[in-house]
Amino acid sequence: MPINFAKKPGIVAYLTAGDPDLASTKSIALAAIDAGADVIELGVPFSDPLADGPVIQRASERAVAKGTRLTDVLGLAKELRTERPACGLVIFSYLNPVVRLGMEKFCAAAAEAGADGVLLTDMIVEEAGEYLESMRVHGLAPIFLAAPTSPDARLKAIARASKGFVYAISRVGVTGTQQQVAGDASELVARLRQFTELPIAVGFGISNAAHVKAVGEFADAAIIGSALVALIEKTAPEQAAAAVGAFIAGLRG
Amino acid sequence: MSAATVVNPVSGVAGRFGAYGGRYVPETLMAALEELEVAYAEAEADPAFHVELDGLLHHYCGRPTPLYYAKRLSEQLGGAKIYLKREDLLHTGAHKINNALGQGLLAQRMGKQRIIAETGAGQHGVATATVCALLGLECVIYMGDEDMRRQELNVYRMRLLGADVRGVSGGSATLKDAISEAMRDWVTNVRSTYYILGSALGAHPYPTMVRNFHRVIGIEARQQVLEMEGKLPTAIVACVGGGANAIGAFYEFLPDANVQLIGVEAGGRGTALGEHAARFQTAGGGVPGVLQGTYSYVLQNDAGQVSLTHSVSAGLDYASVGPEHAMLHDSGRATYVSCNDADALAATVTLSRTEGIVPALESAHAVAEAIRLAPTMATTDVLMVNLSGRGDKDMGILARELNLQGALAHAD
Ligand SMILES: Cc1ncc(COP(=O)(O)O)c(C=O)c1O
Repeated sequence: MPINFAKKPGIVAYLTAGDPDLASTKSIALAAIDAGADVIELGVPFSDPLADGPVIQRASERAVAKGTRLTDVLGLAKELRTERPACGLVIFSYLNPVVRLGMEKFCAAAAEAGADGVLLTDMIVEEAGEYLESMRVHGLAPIFLAAPTSPDARLKAIARASKGFVYAISRVGVTGTQQQVAGDASELVARLRQFTELPIAVGFGISNAAHVKAVGEFADAAIIGSALVALIEKTAPEQAAAAVGAFIAGLRG
Repeated sequence: MSAATVVNPVSGVAGRFGAYGGRYVPETLMAALEELEVAYAEAEADPAFHVELDGLLHHYCGRPTPLYYAKRLSEQLGGAKIYLKREDLLHTGAHKINNALGQGLLAQRMGKQRIIAETGAGQHGVATATVCALLGLECVIYMGDEDMRRQELNVYRMRLLGADVRGVSGGSATLKDAISEAMRDWVTNVRSTYYILGSALGAHPYPTMVRNFHRVIGIEARQQVLEMEGKLPTAIVACVGGGANAIGAFYEFLPDANVQLIGVEAGGRGTALGEHAARFQTAGGGVPGVLQGTYSYVLQNDAGQVSLTHSVSAGLDYASVGPEHAMLHDSGRATYVSCNDADALAATVTLSRTEGIVPALESAHAVAEAIRLAPTMATTDVLMVNLSGRGDKDMGILARELNLQGALAHAD
């Protein structure tokens, strides 16, 4: 299983697949891996991204307008797996495209593509019976979100259901960049630690080397999302891969 | 896709309507939903809560609303006796206040000072802004830019009442996008904020709670029709946006198997995806999926992207539908038909001119179905229409669509 944070802190790079187009997402992902990203989260664009702030909303809208489908994202995962066998690969999606394809069919296809794990933004542990069963059958790691608002009983259930790593949300709110890492984050990671030995990755608002360093003090990995998506948005498509590579290389200081 | 492909919960999670409903939200909201579920259950069981709510529904909102026999309309159509449940006469002009008031009192009980809500036609926004003014709560309303344009009068009403109305430009800039933006606000301010969702939609406990606050419609109507006709209605017709007014009207009659329940969706301007909001339509209709916290029928393309919708009425212009309606649809206990823009506009004119009642464009969809149905029924049949709201808010659209500024209006 390639989800493995050998260097501390680990780097997880989130990309909205299909923004600006699938071929660009592929070269950007390869550049991110080569620059030191341990795990790539391939975001499936969705028409109604209610957990996302303006940056990822715009990226999703562009990718949906391009006609990017869940099956295209799985195809991209397969190409990345072939070219970079050692990198961690997670499919990151809202639930509806997965339900539309069929949960079992989706898990089979994700495993076949060589993905290591799946994160479904609007899937909570209580509703995850069929999902967890299909994931288990196909040897995939279900990654759940843990929030600063989650009471300990929920964190325990989340830790139990997760494999690969647990995604700790740094603060209440939607995705987007921020000035500094919220105090909520270290407290949440400390609470989660009681319940799991899995790596804990912190995401939402992590946007520069200082943030990554701060996260490294108390967690195993930092997840960079909106900062990458914003960089891609403002960079000419043919230069985006190089820009993302340089940005990732600079994150571990 | 069959309902069997639903993502099954681990155990009997609360808030299921058959296969539908449930809770599909970002984890950050789960603590708030659990807190709400407990607080609502406590309020529901507390007689003092009901005394306060019922008192305000009566003295402030004007309940009970009349059940009115539309004699001229019935005689003109020459079939069933048509009765109108007059939710349009409620304070603020629509059924929405039943729920906004209930949730407003609940928010106050929970100590939440900041209220957010989404609105489509603006009726739920107006009801929420009204309740916030009454209870002294801060109020933020999210509304799609397109809806702000077409329901402008309600935007002014909300602002007059002290609400902060925020336009939403994403997606189709209608109800669905306003709900997403309200959920983003809630995720961000979850510790201080209460979200008054305006229809029987969303994650548990909302569909159950919103339905229960609207049950009063059916409770009153049942008693009224028994008093007036000595029997239950043959059929009840209600428009279905998210499904709040319809489930409120239907619920008390669910055990009465011989009372037909008919929901009317927006047929818009065509049957192709994107041209309507008829989630249950046989051709070009929705399939089960997850949108904004609940599992129900969703208008979407084959890649699972939610489709745009169209309706002349902002309140019916939504890609999904309350999960309890999905269950009633599949079980056949209720039937769902659609009515297009043109028929809703024509029904608005007919009801205005035969009864002197101008319905909201949403409610006009139910009226149109009654006009179609009544002549096929016996004169001994009773056809009840839930008139969910009044048409004042729609004057701009009606002026344009019916050419009321011009001479044609007099020629009909
Ligand atoms: C008058 C009126 N009727 C019906 C609706 C549709 O909502 P629901 O189906 O939840 O009753 C609205 C929504 O804005 C409305 O304003």
